[in-house]
Amino acid sequence: MDIGWYLVVSAIIFAIGVTGVLTKRNPLVVLLCLELMLNAGNLALIAFSRMWGNGDGQVFAIVVMVVAAAEVTVGLGLIVAIFRRRLPIDVDELRELQG
Amino acid sequence: MSAVIFFVAAIAAIAGAVGVITLKNPFYSVLALVCHLLALATLFLLLYAQFVAAAQVIIYAGAVMVLYVFVVAYVGGDDTSLRETTGALRVLAPIFAGVLLVELALAVLGSGLSAVDSHGARIGAGFGTPGQIGQLFLTTFLLPFELASILLLVAAIGAVALARRRRGIDLADEPVPPGLHAPRPAYTGTMAEGVGDRHAAVEPTERVGIAPGGER
Repeated sequence: MDIGWYLVVSAIIFAIGVTGVLTKRNPLVVLLCLELMLNAGNLALIAFSRMWGNGDGQVFAIVVMVVAAAEVTVGLGLIVAIFRRRLPIDVDELRELQG
Repeated sequence: MSAVIFFVAAIAAIAGAVGVITLKNPFYSVLALVCHLLALATLFLLLYAQFVAAAQVIIYAGAVMVLYVFVVAYVGGDDTSLRETTGALRVLAPIFAGVLLVELALAVLGSGLSAVDSHGARIGAGFGTPGQIGQLFLTTFLLPFELASILLLVAAIGAVALARRRRGIDLADEPVPPGLHAPRPAYTGTMAEGVGDRHAAVEPTERVGIAPGGER
């Protein structure tokens, strides 16, 4: 398949992730949609890696996976801490830091 | 043959992504994301990225998603009271996403890179193998490799610090109701016990008593 097809699939997945991040109120689902966006970026990186025929894009895809794992760990830790304090698990109501 | 596999995997990946944002129960959203990740790993295999595909299945669809499932089960996946956001963002967000999709598609199709319309450059036999990735990580990309390991360490410590049972916040906010006892001594498994703070570790033990339903 042409590389362009992979990039179009990546763009579609990224747009779906953006929709989810903007419309969802449950922080768990927002994190899932962030994963979607990171994976779309990964797909584009690997498609470009195949396009140029060297492995740099794959290395960066693995680094993106590491960053995603770190983000998930901290985000889920925050959600557990929010749950422990009996605060509402709703990104529209957790706005005390808004200034 | 590869075109058939591509279309099946791409449709599965997009369907999984749509499932993540349309399913009401977060638990099913996580399962849809697992399907999405597996389909994406198939696409990676089609692009000769064997090692990344294996890491995707093992790390993402395995470890990270298990973490999600645990947290969804702990927090309670009931999303019936939490529908989508209200107001103008409800209408504007799909429009934003559509505009972004059109823009990305224009960027891909109008980039003028002739290689985008090809099957890719000629690749050697070792392309995408763990050997090549490891060699790149230890030569060209040594600094990002070390930074990634430090980032993982920071994230692990940060998650423990965020999610552990805290002394001043949790217990002061909500006194234990009568009849509901802690199933084990408070401070068990905390930093105070770890550094040998015997006073803190011993003091609340008189509250210990296994009550039915004392899970807390």
